[in-house]
Amino acid sequence: MTEPALHPALNGLGFLRRAELISRLRARLPAAAVLHEPEDTTPYECDGLSAYRQRPMLVVLPATEDEVGFVLRECHALGVAVVARGAGTGLSGGALPLADGVLLSLARLNRVLSIDPLARVARVQPGVRNLAVSEAAAVHGLYYAPDPSSQIACTIGGNVAENSGGVHCLKYGLTVHNVMRLAGFTADGQPIELGAESLDVAGLDLLALVVGSEGMLAVVTEVSLRLIPRPQVARCIMASFATVESAGDAVAAVIGAGIIAAGLELMDQPAVKAVEQFVHAGYDLDAAAILLCESDGTTEEVENEIEHMASVLRAAGATAIRVSDSEAERQRFWAGRKAAFPAVGRISPDYYCMDGTIPRKRLAEVLRFIGEAERRYGLRCPNVFHAGDGNLHPLILFDANDPDQLARTEAFAADVLEKCVQVGGTITGEHGVGIEKINQMCVQFAPAELAAFRAVRRAFDPDERLNPGKNIPSLHRCAEYGRQHVGGGRLPFPDLPRF
Amino acid sequence: MSALSDLAEQVREANRTQTPLVLRGGGSKDFVGRSPHGEVLDLRGHAGIVAYEPTELVVTARCGTTLSHLQAELAARGQWLAFEPPSFGEHATVGGMVAAGLAGPARAAAGAVRDFVLGVRMMDAQGEVLEFGGQVMKNVAGFDLSRLQAGAMGILGPILDVSLKVLPLPQASVTMQFVLGQAEALSQVNRWSARPLPISASLWHDGCLSLRLSGAAGAVAAAVASLGGDRLDTAAAAALWLGVREQRHRFFQAEAPLWRLSVPSTAPVFDLAGDTIFEWGGAQRWWHSAPGDDATERVRALAQTVGGHATLFRGGDRAGSVFQPLSPATRTLHERLKDTLDPARIFNRGRMYADF
Repeated sequence: MTEPALHPALNGLGFLRRAELISRLRARLPAAAVLHEPEDTTPYECDGLSAYRQRPMLVVLPATEDEVGFVLRECHALGVAVVARGAGTGLSGGALPLADGVLLSLARLNRVLSIDPLARVARVQPGVRNLAVSEAAAVHGLYYAPDPSSQIACTIGGNVAENSGGVHCLKYGLTVHNVMRLAGFTADGQPIELGAESLDVAGLDLLALVVGSEGMLAVVTEVSLRLIPRPQVARCIMASFATVESAGDAVAAVIGAGIIAAGLELMDQPAVKAVEQFVHAGYDLDAAAILLCESDGTTEEVENEIEHMASVLRAAGATAIRVSDSEAERQRFWAGRKAAFPAVGRISPDYYCMDGTIPRKRLAEVLRFIGEAERRYGLRCPNVFHAGDGNLHPLILFDANDPDQLARTEAFAADVLEKCVQVGGTITGEHGVGIEKINQMCVQFAPAELAAFRAVRRAFDPDERLNPGKNIPSLHRCAEYGRQHVGGGRLPFPDLPRF
Repeated sequence: MSALSDLAEQVREANRTQTPLVLRGGGSKDFVGRSPHGEVLDLRGHAGIVAYEPTELVVTARCGTTLSHLQAELAARGQWLAFEPPSFGEHATVGGMVAAGLAGPARAAAGAVRDFVLGVRMMDAQGEVLEFGGQVMKNVAGFDLSRLQAGAMGILGPILDVSLKVLPLPQASVTMQFVLGQAEALSQVNRWSARPLPISASLWHDGCLSLRLSGAAGAVAAAVASLGGDRLDTAAAAALWLGVREQRHRFFQAEAPLWRLSVPSTAPVFDLAGDTIFEWGGAQRWWHSAPGDDATERVRALAQTVGGHATLFRGGDRAGSVFQPLSPATRTLHERLKDTLDPARIFNRGRMYADF
């Protein structure tokens, strides 16, 4: 079957509008910055969530802040929707293009503008890669703390849009805790600046609202990031456990002992096996679960803390404990965890990664639920878990070429996300809602809450032109989805006594 | 009827009659912001700790819970609110603490109130209860309307319950003092902050820089050895940081209007006559203007030049412009947010800026 040259949305008036927009953009941008041929726009048809694909009407690649403002003003004038995109590593389809919209790539805004080692601030453009910030700051003994697994590729602009986390969040925070200031444009192309390089601003904390807003409130063109001193030393414990439950209890024991580990990660046996074949990190293949537990700080501090952690882990039933005795070994311990997704990708044609967060004490219950769902749906599901902060990444293994498997996977994932909400957690800890989890938003939030989100969106973007259709479902969509708001594990009338 | 349904009834009535409401807990922060005016919505009745899980590092408390009660419960389990909020009075409540958004000496090291807010339940102008965020550390579902409430001065509605991240109390804490002029102290504290040292608070006043080092005993001891200076005894150190946090330190005793300048930590010494003090590694500076001297324009310009802002924190004209005026673009966003969430503008109208 031959594909139609243009999406139906671009017929008639839409086609004229497209031609008008191309001509207006080309008046100021070089031809190579405005892509409209299918062979040029196809590479942008999806982000890291490749199950969803849509070729955009146009791809525009501005190289300067002024050009971004110009593109937004032209799109605004013609009523064209805009989807901003960084490196396209997002896992929730947040950068999925629109057939009749512009895909605004910020990849060319890729300069580190300045690093102030005394003030500990890096000013960067949104297309700078996450890891490149720490590399640029390293000469000053400083680094940028949030480290999503995709940090070699993902960009700061995308991190801001998704409020990205990483494996060191419990101690060092998420993106929102490490961004000081944003400059950019609202949907109509008007410049806006939020936050400051001081520690607070007058008025409402709009910066906190825009971080994690999935490109729906503003387009960011410059970011001031907080840098922190690189700890003198870091060491990591790898502990084995005979059951996943005992590993989960050990995490509670570590935190209960007053230790805020720099990293605290749990992997179950199927995940460990997949990873070990792939990176040979030296993981214990006999353990039902392993825990990575990191300490960083001064030499004295780390020595004491590692000793303290090891004794707590032993008391909590660890069957084996290894402590990294060199930086190379520590990196190897982490290499396994950071490669968990690609490793799982090698043992299955496709995998579907979930991102729910739960109160940690409900871990055993949720893992049992996942185990039952594996049997019910006939699909395997290894688990990796940011144990310190309760963020679960179950990975459902399936074959997308089998429509039945795909359908079972989607049902499996929906069940797990709804379980996360039911135990008092959330459908997404760090990957974002995007297009992927938009139906589950109907389960997590009540209609009045969704209406408040919509109102916030319209305060910034009255015509709803930035990344429409993502993140916040319409009430109509929720009615069609048909599953009810379950209210975060709380009952209706929470003030009534219950026995 | 429960306290909550009473509140909802009062809010609905105020909304119907377009009567401004003053959201009030213990009243300890009545002085913060522009003077309140309207009918009092007393939030003290909605009190109590809803859930506290030390091993989850999360506490959920109702807005009317006193800050002192919350702090005592946390301390009993070896934990605390690591942003060290000031109470400014024994009746201070958790809701007021979040709405005022004020952090204490640990701010530069630990973070602000909003950095510890995980979720809120609040009431809208129709008396409906809305919930944003949650009780978990990582949550990116929907827009972050929970962190937005920290420092919002109640203009978006009453916070009913808040879930906060809590942390273990530091094992050890030592305060060292150094004789330094203000400019030297600013550059020294910034240089030290760029090194991996466990600095948890800093204060410069009257030729003396005080530096608090907190954390693991070994790390604190190593830092003390490497930095030198004079060690302040434990009781005096505790009194010093408490005095600064609660503004009982002698600097704050002057009657003259008190200005707070929030600026990049490396901003130079400001050309302002009279007594001054800095905290937060140089990022928070306090200054008394001379009585009768309308310093507003001058202070605001100084702060703005370096990318910061100035607040008339105490005294002066409380009906005037207390917070730094917003840029036109930001002001529009404020007004639109206010109007979508509180169309009749009943909640703490004028507490932050005159018109909303």
